[in-house]
Amino acid sequence: MSPADGREATAPATPAPTTPAPTTPAPRAAASRRRLLLLAPFAAAAAAGAGFYAMLRGLGTGGYDPKGVPSALIGQAAPDFTLPPLEGADRPGLAAADLRGQGRPVLVNFFASWCVPCLIEHPQLTRLAREGVPLFGIAYKDKPADSLAFLRRHGTPYIRLGVDQPGRVAIDWGLYGVPETYLIDRQGIIRWRWAGPLTEDTLTQELQPLLRRYA
Amino acid sequence: MMPPPAALRGAAPPLLRAGRCGLAALALLAAPMALAAVTDPAEMLRDPAQEERAREIGRELRCMVCQNQSIEDSDADLARDLRRIVREQVAAGRSDAEVMDYLHARYGDFVLLRPPVKPETWLLWGMPVIALGLGTGMILAIRRRRATAPDAALELSAAERARLRAIEDGKGR
Repeated sequence: MSPADGREATAPATPAPTTPAPTTPAPRAAASRRRLLLLAPFAAAAAAGAGFYAMLRGLGTGGYDPKGVPSALIGQAAPDFTLPPLEGADRPGLAAADLRGQGRPVLVNFFASWCVPCLIEHPQLTRLAREGVPLFGIAYKDKPADSLAFLRRHGTPYIRLGVDQPGRVAIDWGLYGVPETYLIDRQGIIRWRWAGPLTEDTLTQELQPLLRRYA
Repeated sequence: MMPPPAALRGAAPPLLRAGRCGLAALALLAAPMALAAVTDPAEMLRDPAQEERAREIGRELRCMVCQNQSIEDSDADLARDLRRIVREQVAAGRSDAEVMDYLHARYGDFVLLRPPVKPETWLLWGMPVIALGLGTGMILAIRRRRATAPDAALELSAAERARLRAIEDGKGR
């Protein structure tokens, strides 16, 4: 007697089986395969759930940004530029040559007084400046008077400050919004770009290891 | 409640009325699209042939801010700047490829609405072929299995045959 027949015998008597009993040589293997197939949708749903959870977590911590775009300038020399100083800010203007010759990696931060995330990241910039990281600022598409008011109110963390009111230098950097922060190594090569506000986590998890690496 | 306007209550046959409504809806849909396109005459080049070239280049370039529009369609500040750069370079006599290269060097592949074919984008470009191949393979596999496997499910087991005999004999329930 085949196993299938045995099962048939113990099953409650039904008027007529709607599905005929399997007669293939390995019905048990086929049945277990079918049961596995039944689990497949659950497995797919669980995988999707895990994926979505990871995405949401990343969105919360800033580790995942669906609109983020990698910079095309990573590994390339910083573009050449010369920007005038901000009148009244008591800082010299900024040119490409200033980025080299600091003897350590430097940061270039694009900001604007009209940009709320710039306000959010400002404490982190202040902290970097206090730690002695050479920080250069570029005021992007901002009225000089507004930039000045912003810096007077929140402090000027930059050692040099250029004004890019037309936003043309920013395009040479591949900027697509403010704030954006670039790390330039001692040879003047762009090593890292952060689009969006610098957070405490960004500083400790991303920037500081890089600053040590390129020091 | 206000009575419906006379024009709607008028003698226009229903089909014509429906047509008019459809046209009005289409016009409404088209309006925002027309607004979003470049309409500022100050932005345009004086030479219509050059302007047309600049537009064609601009339609191939992604607005990095809105990300799903070309710079020609976008109202974002950055898109306007990039349009201006495209027009300056076209007016200066640069070729289409040179203008595209200029922005590609700064913004990377993402700025191109038609991504270049290279190892990183093989999967992207190959996906239609891969999907078609997988689908065809599945259809062929299913058809082959149907053709080769005997209709085992249609044959009765010994127990079923016994029960069928019982039913035929009039003893079954």
